[in-house]
Amino acid sequence: MSAVLTAQGLHKSFGAVRAAADINLTFDPDTVVSLIGANGAGKTTFLNIVTGYLRPDSGHILFGERDIVGFSPRQITKLGISRSFQIPQLFNSLSVRENLLVAESIAATDDPQAATDEALTRFELAPYAAQKAGLVPEGIRKLLDVAMALSSRSKLLLLDEPTSGVSADEKVAIMDVVIGAARAARVTVIFVEHDMDIVARFAGRVVAFYDGGIIADGSPDTVLRAENVRRYVIGEEIPHAAA
Amino acid sequence: MKAAAVAIASLVALTALALLSPQWLVFMAMLMLAKGVVVLGLLVLMRTGLVSFGQGLYFGIGAYAAALLSHGLHVADAAVMLLAGAAAAALIAALLGLLLAGYRDIFFAMLSLAFSMILYGLLVKSAALGSTDGFNLHARTFFGVALAPGVERRVFLIAGAVFAVVVALLVHRLFRGHWGRLATGVRDNELRVSYLGASPYRAVYVNYLIAGAMAGLGGALAALAVGHVDPETTYWTTSGEFVFIAILGGTQSILAPFVAATIFEALRTVASQYAPNLWQMSLGLAMLAIIMFLPAGLWTLAERRRRSA
Ligand SMILES: Nc1ncnc2c1ncn2[C@@H]1O[C@H](COP(=O)(O)OP(=O)(O)OP(=O)(O)O)[C@@H](O)[C@H]1O
Ligand SMILES: [Mg+2]
Repeated sequence: MSAVLTAQGLHKSFGAVRAAADINLTFDPDTVVSLIGANGAGKTTFLNIVTGYLRPDSGHILFGERDIVGFSPRQITKLGISRSFQIPQLFNSLSVRENLLVAESIAATDDPQAATDEALTRFELAPYAAQKAGLVPEGIRKLLDVAMALSSRSKLLLLDEPTSGVSADEKVAIMDVVIGAARAARVTVIFVEHDMDIVARFAGRVVAFYDGGIIADGSPDTVLRAENVRRYVIGEEIPHAAA
Repeated sequence: MKAAAVAIASLVALTALALLSPQWLVFMAMLMLAKGVVVLGLLVLMRTGLVSFGQGLYFGIGAYAAALLSHGLHVADAAVMLLAGAAAAALIAALLGLLLAGYRDIFFAMLSLAFSMILYGLLVKSAALGSTDGFNLHARTFFGVALAPGVERRVFLIAGAVFAVVVALLVHRLFRGHWGRLATGVRDNELRVSYLGASPYRAVYVNYLIAGAMAGLGGALAALAVGHVDPETTYWTTSGEFVFIAILGGTQSILAPFVAATIFEALRTVASQYAPNLWQMSLGLAMLAIIMFLPAGLWTLAERRRRSA
């Protein structure tokens, strides 16, 4: 199976801050991978580099076989990588439905109206269709952000904290909808998440970031149990063996 | 269809006005149409969240293009002049747009103002074009048909009405569909537009081009009405007038620019007659009142009435 996305030796610094320090990762098709890590660990930076928003100081990003470093977010979107944002990026003065219509029309779907109705149903947004995107609850904004990202029929979907800012009891429901839609669209998913229950429940593989680097990579069972992950990512107090 | 009905009604009304009303009213109606078209173009641009303080540039280019055809090339056909005005403005907008589409907010506004002032400077310095005095133009035929002296303006008003209505219908159509939503999308969130795979730059560029062409058409129509062009057409006060009318009318309706242009012209005529030294101040006060009480423009009044009815 050839990889969907390969990151090779990515480096990125902001002044003295190392946001990416030698990141090497490979993502296989049809997988759901979670990126975890404390605040400032470099998860969003990784997504920003992959989507061309930031240019790495060095390293390569291969989408399939193609090196996409230097491409703009727009070009990368057109190649087949889409994303949602930590803070939903919507058209606030348009209705929920119009937001999707813009997305579907840009994606040049045969019938944007029908595709929009489909997305409204799949993402359970239909009751909010006529409301202004700027005025609906955060959970709905999160879902809309993902629905818009999926409109481009991408091969790879990057989700930056799809459940942040919503109440704990809504998280599972949101992820059920999101992952269900992603599976139906047969896209590879990489999602950033702080809630370890969500990670354990939805991810097939977990990559743990710390200080711009990767400290663990593997199945949820092993990664979430690893001592350095519990210490640096989950923030448990673990007494030093030596102490 | 509501838009088509409004279009036909407007055409009928303007034609009746052209045939029946006194010359001064025909003149006023032409100016109103000319400014309405320019301001409608401004609304196209405002959809993407940008305000140009330099539409006088294209208004002037349209006016001078029409006038030069008559003066320099002895082409005296009004239809040719109108089309040439729009085409000349579109050409320059296509060039300057490459630069301007990369700017936003106050930078866009000031840069557009700067270009209009450059043209103003060039015109004032240009003796061949009459410098500050400008020069006269004469249109005697329309689509090749010779017109008797006296009826020319009436025919030009009908022609202007047809052009304006067609342009307004096109804008209406354009904005009801994807392009209108995309433009709003660019205004709301360019990042998302890029991340959907579309180009905010291109959307701004195209809307800038449309606005420029419409200002050129308006300029040519105004030149036909006045029979004279001078550098004032490109001056910042002219551009400011367009922005004023746009705010006066609001952005909710395709008709708003025309209604607002009419009110503006009427206001100015009355004010300059009764208070020749104070009319600018009265316009300023009117503007203040609108921004404070009707921030979405006069059109909110019509909306309110419709809602309460
Ligand atoms: N554009 C930028 N300019 C300067 N510093 C930045 C920029 N983007 C990120 N950083 C810094 O890089 C580091 C990594 O940030 P990043 O946003 O990738 O963290 P994160 O893992 O997504 O954290 P969080 O969980 O809080 O979202 C942080 O120290 C951050 O302050
Ligand atoms: Mg982040």
